[in-house]
Amino acid sequence: MSLTEKQKTFSHDDDNVVVIIGSGAGGGTLANELAQQGIDTVVLEAGALHTTADFLADEWASFNQLAWLDPRTTSGSFRLARDFSGLPAWIVKAVGGTTIHWAGASLRLQPHEFKARTTYGDIKGANLLDWPISYDDLEAYYANAEDRMGVTRTNGIGGLPGNNNFKVMHAGAQKLGYNCNTGHMAINSAPRKGRLSCQQRGFCFQGCRFGAKWSTLYTDLPEGIATGHMELRAESHVARIEHDKKGRVNAVVYFDSDGKEQRQKARVVAVAGNSIETPRLLLNSASSMFPDGLANRSGQVGRNYMRHMTGSVYATFEKPVHMYRGTTMAGIIRDEAHNDPSRGFVAGYEMETLSLGLPFMAAFLNPGAWGREFTHSMDQYAHMAGMWLVGEDMPRESNRITLNPDIKDAHGMPVANVHYDDHDNDLAMREHAFGRGEAIYNAVGALETIRTPPYPSTHNLGSCRMSARAEDGVCNSVGQSHDIPNLFISDGSQFTTSAAENPTLTIVALAVRQAENLGRMLKQGTV
Amino acid sequence: MSLSRRAFLRNSRNVLVGTLAFSNGAIALLAPSRAWSLPLNHLSEAEGDTLLKVTRYIFPHATLEDAVYALVVKDLDSAAADNTVNNLLSTGVRTLNDRSGGNWRNLGTEEQFRLVEAMAGSPFFEKIRSTAVVSLYNNELAFAHFGYQGSAGDGGYLYAGFNDLDWLPEPPLKDSGVIPT
Ligand SMILES: Cc1cc2nc3c(=O)[nH]c(=O)nc-3n(C[C@H](O)[C@H](O)[C@H](O)COP(=O)(O)OP(=O)(O)OC[C@H]3O[C@@H](n4cnc5c(N)ncnc54)[C@H](O)[C@@H]3O)c2cc1C
Ligand code: SF4
Repeated sequence: MSLTEKQKTFSHDDDNVVVIIGSGAGGGTLANELAQQGIDTVVLEAGALHTTADFLADEWASFNQLAWLDPRTTSGSFRLARDFSGLPAWIVKAVGGTTIHWAGASLRLQPHEFKARTTYGDIKGANLLDWPISYDDLEAYYANAEDRMGVTRTNGIGGLPGNNNFKVMHAGAQKLGYNCNTGHMAINSAPRKGRLSCQQRGFCFQGCRFGAKWSTLYTDLPEGIATGHMELRAESHVARIEHDKKGRVNAVVYFDSDGKEQRQKARVVAVAGNSIETPRLLLNSASSMFPDGLANRSGQVGRNYMRHMTGSVYATFEKPVHMYRGTTMAGIIRDEAHNDPSRGFVAGYEMETLSLGLPFMAAFLNPGAWGREFTHSMDQYAHMAGMWLVGEDMPRESNRITLNPDIKDAHGMPVANVHYDDHDNDLAMREHAFGRGEAIYNAVGALETIRTPPYPSTHNLGSCRMSARAEDGVCNSVGQSHDIPNLFISDGSQFTTSAAENPTLTIVALAVRQAENLGRMLKQGTV
Repeated sequence: MSLSRRAFLRNSRNVLVGTLAFSNGAIALLAPSRAWSLPLNHLSEAEGDTLLKVTRYIFPHATLEDAVYALVVKDLDSAAADNTVNNLLSTGVRTLNDRSGGNWRNLGTEEQFRLVEAMAGSPFFEKIRSTAVVSLYNNELAFAHFGYQGSAGDGGYLYAGFNDLDWLPEPPLKDSGVIPT
């Protein structure tokens, strides 16, 4: 039986429902948490509904099956604008969102990262701000998120066994005095909550056929539907959000699977389309009352877009590694994640093992490259180990999502343009991280090391950030927009700063916290 | 490769043929026979052969069979169903020949490479490079050659070598985890 076959349905005229746009980490979690409270919820998801049996052990085929391929454009000096000008981000367009393709690394932000402006000071060219919440405000929600997602090394859940790629990183880390283990992963090391344990397939980026890795597709979404208070509509692409004369949102207009325009009434609208589509939707919803787009009196919608400082180091060895076997992210070093300005930059970064299959390795190793140097690296594929570097990038007002009026999507709506310039701090951090990554592999006899530039952004953050003061951001500490009380931001676009950690655990924790607050407001009639 | 002779006779006039160079390579183990052929629907045989050789200069792997490079030509040939692409490719080949004072394929390897290099960045070169960077590495033959197991991993490597690396110390259990039984 399909997930949605027997679900409760709501009428288009039902103005008592909360409408959630997007079914990924933020939207899927929020929907379940509201439904559990008995609040009627409609989830509109642009992508199609798949089952785990549909997932493909084939990188390009899976990408074409699940990735967001609607047009986007790029500008700015970041290298992606040259390498993948039409594909600035790697995001999934399907029920479950990017939690289908994600690797599962689930790290809490560090306390000081919530106080970025206070901790790092006034960094020129950066638009730093402290979060309106502290680590302590989020701690209980982190605990909830770790339990619901089944994060290893929390709640008595054992670590995952390390694969070959992990062994190389671990051995190098030992030599340099770094700590290294198989991390906090939302991947079952043993069967849990009706989901199987990891079979070490190595296709985490293509969707986990065993359901060992957490995804809203087979956790929160079915749980929410089972309450009888949630309806999931797949292939429902929201084009704009409407409001009444008082400036409260009251409906969303979307295109269904037949391309037919539909209008769903709503008491509350929560936007969780990931940090490029969320601001695009607010901007595309401009009206005479809100000429610059919804919730944009501050002018901050779309600004402070962050994508993390990223890069990869691959290294080749005399003996085989076969890094592609087993979990894609299999090991982590956190010893550079702290803030130590004496390294030549503020904030910190994580080092996490990463592997790509042969097809993606060719595409991403050094985009645009050709000739002997490139093929010499590829020749050593089976003897390669790899890691991903991911660190805090600086928010900048000019790094921003805007509408590109010259290019329209299939529904006639202007597409998003992604503009990004690396900050000097990002560049200094990347240089440092490349150096440390190389040192780890050189310590265990690397023949060659290769610095690989950023992939299309998997972490997209901050474009509707939360702020204590309305003029500094788009939403408050529970994701409620400053301008429109019944409009909420429910995904990674809320992030005030990016922090060094992979963001999803925090997105989920924020969604759980938002659901609790929104539930209370609805009960008290204050929203 | 589904390069059957019947498909060739039915669909096309032009065909690219070759023989596997390494009789004991990983690819030879997969291939039904040492001879291979690729029917061309839009490109001429001379164009197809030139594009194959150009691709070898762009992505030179000394021991990778021509049969794998032929898969790039196959995708270029399909793309050449579109007239713009067809023109781009045939004009590119003609340019190479013109600059060779006749037939580029008759030049020595150094000369051939120099002329390919001179076209780097041109739409012709980029079409081949961007097609090849996908086609050349996204097939079972390439997987066998480079040592990637592809969809064989679908069932999981838990009992099939995910941690079989033995030339480095075993990480302690506290940093790793228990293998489920
Ligand atoms: C390859 C890869 C690996 C990753 N690994 C990790 C990791 O190890 N750890 C980690 O923390 N994070 C990881 N991430 C990032 C993680 O997937 C995201 O942070 C997370 O999924 C974001 O959640 P979200 O709710 O903001 O958006 P998403 O999960 O992307 O969900 C957004 C959904 O909204 C839908 N949508 C968008 N616009 C509309 C519209 N107009 N109408 C209707 N629906 C719409 C989209 O189709 C999508 O389904 C990874 C990402 C990728 C691509
Ligand atoms: S390695 Fe584990 S988590 Fe990843 S796809 Fe395979 S079974 Fe799922």
